[in-house]
Amino acid sequence: MGYLQAHELRTLAAAADRLVPPTDDGHPGAAALGVVDYIDGLLDAFSTDPPRIWAGGPFSGRAGGDTGFVRFMDLSSLEELAWRTRIEGSQGIPERERMGPITGWQAQYHSGLSALGADFGDLDSDQQTARLDADPEFRDLLYEHVVEGCYAAPEYGGNRNLDGWRAIDFPGDVQPRGYTDAEVEGRA
Amino acid sequence: MSAAASNAEFDAVIIGSGPAGATAAEVLTGAGWSVLMLEKGRNHLMALDPPFAPLGHVSNDELKFMRRYFLGPDPWLEPRTFRRTEADGERIETGDVNNLPSTVGGGGFHADGKLPRFRDDDFKPLSAAGPVEGAAIVDWPVDYDEMEPYYAAAERAVGVAGEAGANPFASWRADPYPMPAGPDMYCALLTARAATEMGYHPYRAPTGVNSVEYDGRPACNNCGFCGYFGCPIDAKGDPVAPLRHALQTGNCEIRDECVVTDVLLDRSGRRARGVRYLDRNLEPHEVSGRHVVLAGGAFETPRLLLRNELGHPDVVGRFLQFHFQTYVLGMFGERLHGHRGRSVTHLMDDPIVPDAAAMDAAREAGLPFIRGGIVEHGAAGHPILEGIHLPQGALHSQLMMQSMTRDRMAVFTMQGEDLPQATNRIDLDPHVRDAYGLPAGRATYAPHAHEIACAEHWAPRLEAVMREAGAQNTFWTTSPPIGGSMADRPGGRTPISRHIMGGARMGDDPATSVFDRWQRLHGVENVICTDSSVFPTSTGYGPTLTIVALAIRASRALAGLDPLRSERPS
Ligand SMILES: Cc1cc2nc3c(=O)[nH]c(=O)nc-3n(C[C@H](O)[C@H](O)[C@H](O)COP(=O)(O)OP(=O)(O)OC[C@H]3O[C@@H](n4cnc5c(N)ncnc54)[C@H](O)[C@@H]3O)c2cc1C
Ligand code: SF4
Repeated sequence: MGYLQAHELRTLAAAADRLVPPTDDGHPGAAALGVVDYIDGLLDAFSTDPPRIWAGGPFSGRAGGDTGFVRFMDLSSLEELAWRTRIEGSQGIPERERMGPITGWQAQYHSGLSALGADFGDLDSDQQTARLDADPEFRDLLYEHVVEGCYAAPEYGGNRNLDGWRAIDFPGDVQPRGYTDAEVEGRA
Repeated sequence: MSAAASNAEFDAVIIGSGPAGATAAEVLTGAGWSVLMLEKGRNHLMALDPPFAPLGHVSNDELKFMRRYFLGPDPWLEPRTFRRTEADGERIETGDVNNLPSTVGGGGFHADGKLPRFRDDDFKPLSAAGPVEGAAIVDWPVDYDEMEPYYAAAERAVGVAGEAGANPFASWRADPYPMPAGPDMYCALLTARAATEMGYHPYRAPTGVNSVEYDGRPACNNCGFCGYFGCPIDAKGDPVAPLRHALQTGNCEIRDECVVTDVLLDRSGRRARGVRYLDRNLEPHEVSGRHVVLAGGAFETPRLLLRNELGHPDVVGRFLQFHFQTYVLGMFGERLHGHRGRSVTHLMDDPIVPDAAAMDAAREAGLPFIRGGIVEHGAAGHPILEGIHLPQGALHSQLMMQSMTRDRMAVFTMQGEDLPQATNRIDLDPHVRDAYGLPAGRATYAPHAHEIACAEHWAPRLEAVMREAGAQNTFWTTSPPIGGSMADRPGGRTPISRHIMGGARMGDDPATSVFDRWQRLHGVENVICTDSSVFPTSTGYGPTLTIVALAIRASRALAGLDPLRSERPS
């Protein structure tokens, strides 16, 4: 499992930490939250069957019930077409080019990470920011994925040990326990 | 699917399984009709065999529901396009344009289900308040007194929890709500108290969510993944309840992943004989039906009519209405834990009935009145949504920990009435096609000056309520944007509203409407439409309870059942 090469993973970790850096008072950086695994898992989602696109349900087990989230769900053939196109790109395949050619996330990460440079991890933060700003399109794609990896359910590979949710005081999924009426109506 | 099943003639073929289609299915199967329901999306709602239990696909998972199109439509598979006016050229956006889920259950599946009734005046806006230049305001071909028993039936079918008499602007009702109102969210208690102190009239929102066990489904346990999420425990009634009731009769077959491409007419051209659809392998099928019910929603139904050249060509697709949404955001010092409980627990109708200050503002804007919409008292979204909108870098992590735009934020959403305009319309995009090979629906939409004046009048007043409630900072914005920075942000230009109305309005005159007062297609007697395409005006209320009430009325009429009646308490 894993799509990116070791040197790309190192650049990715440094870039993710630049976009979501650790704080002194308890927010771990993106890399410590497992964002690299999250993104590498997304790029490689179709290496497993079912693919790692939609976690199952109804419960994760964290608030009672069964551990359904770990059973990823099947995609229909059209859904698979859409997600493969998004991740792998259209690659000249006619049914993937209905809306025009599409550069997939895999290729965007290869070229985006390589443009950040093999020395990216050694730069100071201003230099790293400048390199990221040189390609706002890739930076914004990366940022969205980094944020997802920090705060999505841990079954997707990020939010390690629930530290993303803990840092922001968010309890995450709560079914089947839910909240009592008093917890809804009362002060925090 | 067996060959016999696929070739049988059904009493009715229903296109779409959202609240509009599910309600029709419940009424028609209850009348003994055999019904085939065709739904283009997948089934994640419930098993289609007895006892029709939940499938366990729904979860408290922000990534799956908010970022990865779990309930569809995937905007790449089913793109829609958007432009503000013809001056924008063919389109300025392609992808997600007011998308409601494409799935068994439609938008009802993930709506959080505030289900207020319209008021008496809302059915006669022209007689009650008169015309507005540049808008095609008309009275509805049905009035509140006739609708009352259908509203009551809708509230029972879906299961609505609420507090009769709590809203001073409401019209009369014959019966109490089927369930007491559910628990109030903390932030809405703060904002509702402040609003009351300032002379407004907030009330506990009537909601299609069980506050107690009802109809074999459990009470809501306040999980907080409500609006935009399905309910993992089936505490939301619409459209789970009507669909399950329909299936329980044994007269209803649901085929998911079947997209209807055509309504087939007989040789006379005045009767439908069935529909053509593509199955999940994109294989075409024809199926016979003695009646056809259009329930694809107010965007897809006009698109289907246009593709089939059905309905008056000068009217179909026109008078598309959204709610003009004004958001007032308040940031509090304390944590409000808006992630607990339903998404909204209070409403207020004050902007719907203009007071003296609103009439002054209207005069200043050269308008006879300004009519807003319900103000929803609710909370902000979930963490991924918050994170994506924060600045990148060091500030991100600090702001996420403070959570000014999630855990410390309360939100008012005003669902402003959107006046009907002939130029606001759905048509077929000349170039963009969906994965089924069909032309994409294109929305051309720009608000009327009324909507803008109304937002500008109410936003500062609602900010004052937020501050009274304890907010340290407030700001407001609208969707679609009024000028300003949002206007040029891609994706920010389409109206976010998921309340879609008009597009095939009903009325008595076939020259100015598409459906008649019983929602029958003018000129094709055995086709009805039960979704909000038929709404002549948008009002300031969420459309769904009225969709359901009208669907009960139209379906009963179609099946030859007696009209419902109720007594107005004296
Ligand atoms: C987050 C959210 C919250 C909401 N909250 C509220 C609220 O509080 N109050 C309120 O009143 N409303 C609310 N709404 C709006 C509500 O969801 C809609 O008004 C309602 O779903 C409309 O019902 P419908 O049956 O007309 O259409 P839909 O729910 O859109 O259902 C139409 C169905 O038909 C299918 N379909 C369309 N065309 C075809 C075809 N050609 N072949 C086969 N199938 C087809 C679609 O896939 C879809 O499943 C909310 C919406 C959202 C997104
Ligand atoms: S808040 Fe209640 S109704 Fe909404 S999804 Fe959770 S349990 Fe269901």
